[in-house]
Amino acid sequence: MSDIIDIIWDSLPRMLNGILLTIELTAFSVALGLALAVPLALLYIAKNPLLFLPVRTFVFYFRGTPLLVQIFLIYYGSGQFVDALKEVGLWTYFREPYFCAVLSLTLNTAAYTAYILRGAIENVPFGEVEAARACGMSRSLLYRRIILPLAFRMALPAYTNEVVFLFQATSLVSIITLLDLTGVARIIVARSFAVYEIYITAAVLYLIVTYVMLWGFRKLEHWWSGHLRARTDMGEGFTAR
Amino acid sequence: MLLDGVQVTVSVALCSMALALVCGLLGAWGKLSSNKLAHTTAQTYTTVIRGVPELILILIVYYGTPTLIQNSLEAYGIDIIIDINPFLAGFMTLGVIYGAFATEVFRGAYHAVPKGQIEAAKAIGMSRMLLARRVLLPQMWRFALPGLGNVWMVLIKATALISVIQLPELLRNSDIAARAVRMPFTFYFAASLYYLAIVTVSMLLQKRAETWAARGVRRA
Repeated sequence: MSDIIDIIWDSLPRMLNGILLTIELTAFSVALGLALAVPLALLYIAKNPLLFLPVRTFVFYFRGTPLLVQIFLIYYGSGQFVDALKEVGLWTYFREPYFCAVLSLTLNTAAYTAYILRGAIENVPFGEVEAARACGMSRSLLYRRIILPLAFRMALPAYTNEVVFLFQATSLVSIITLLDLTGVARIIVARSFAVYEIYITAAVLYLIVTYVMLWGFRKLEHWWSGHLRARTDMGEGFTAR
Repeated sequence: MLLDGVQVTVSVALCSMALALVCGLLGAWGKLSSNKLAHTTAQTYTTVIRGVPELILILIVYYGTPTLIQNSLEAYGIDIIIDINPFLAGFMTLGVIYGAFATEVFRGAYHAVPKGQIEAAKAIGMSRMLLARRVLLPQMWRFALPGLGNVWMVLIKATALISVIQLPELLRNSDIAARAVRMPFTFYFAASLYYLAIVTVSMLLQKRAETWAARGVRRA
């Protein structure tokens, strides 16, 4: 029993390093993916086929194929176009597993997020849009002040799920040799043969981060919908003066 | 070769889905049960499974279980080497993982069945089994279909992970082909189109199944 604890204790620092990379990858891809998803969602619902067709194809493709295939396509697939990529000076990027991982995770989450957002945008109550138009808001102001804030709030529960999925999906980058938590765990296992001890430790670490993230998002949701909740603190401070 | 892979992918997915449905029904039953033990077990099951990446779970089952069994047998002086079949390990893991998601779907579907109907069934003296068979399950099925369709789509894509444990499914086969002829992009892209095709067919079938299941519902 004690040697099991020893193995886990000894490998914990490396695993914590791994989880830092996991969190870093998640943070980068979530930020970039969200930045991409907003314009994509707006184009998705555009009326002009020239605008929505490419975006819809992109979203359909990235939602319909496994992330692992996308990662392989970008990391190994780019090898087929070495000469062309060298010519435009992009090969130095595509050679790096880190860059390919962030790129594929970003594109993947952008597609899912755009799909979630467009659902939320379409569900913004029409009365609000009408009222804003009646006030004489321009289209960009309407989107900035009314539609997007409402849509973001409506999309938050689904988006929370998407971020959690993405966080767990980062474990796939271990397959293209990155040393995230899963990658580190695989290396330690290959050396020490402590298969289930190490993998279960990794699983517990993932579990902890996942639930901390969920807790954070729940706080955000609570804070963001404060004006929609019934008042519960009618006690002190509410007495008539 | 890719078509062989498609066949393996689809069969793994179907087997996992069947297992997921069983796990999902059991899990939902546990979550709704007033029995403390069943409730806690089901709650822990969904909490743990949904908080851990699929890849880690697959690795635990495929590499961990044989060592665990070997190590514990070693303590009794038995020295054997056990290998798990990747197909078995893959479909068991995926089935158990997506069972946790199906649990939530079934739980939601149960709550969607109007309470009055359950009371009415009890009032005319139906036993619990009969109630489940005649009133609950036929309706839960309909409410659960969209959610189950979703689980199926995610599951199809998750089968790609089993390539990591060397099961010759679609991705693994395209990987082998890509390495053999040194055309990675072509083959991975072809594989992705096959996945897209499976997903599209599933979407169409799901739509038909939903209309079929809703044939008794009046619409305005």
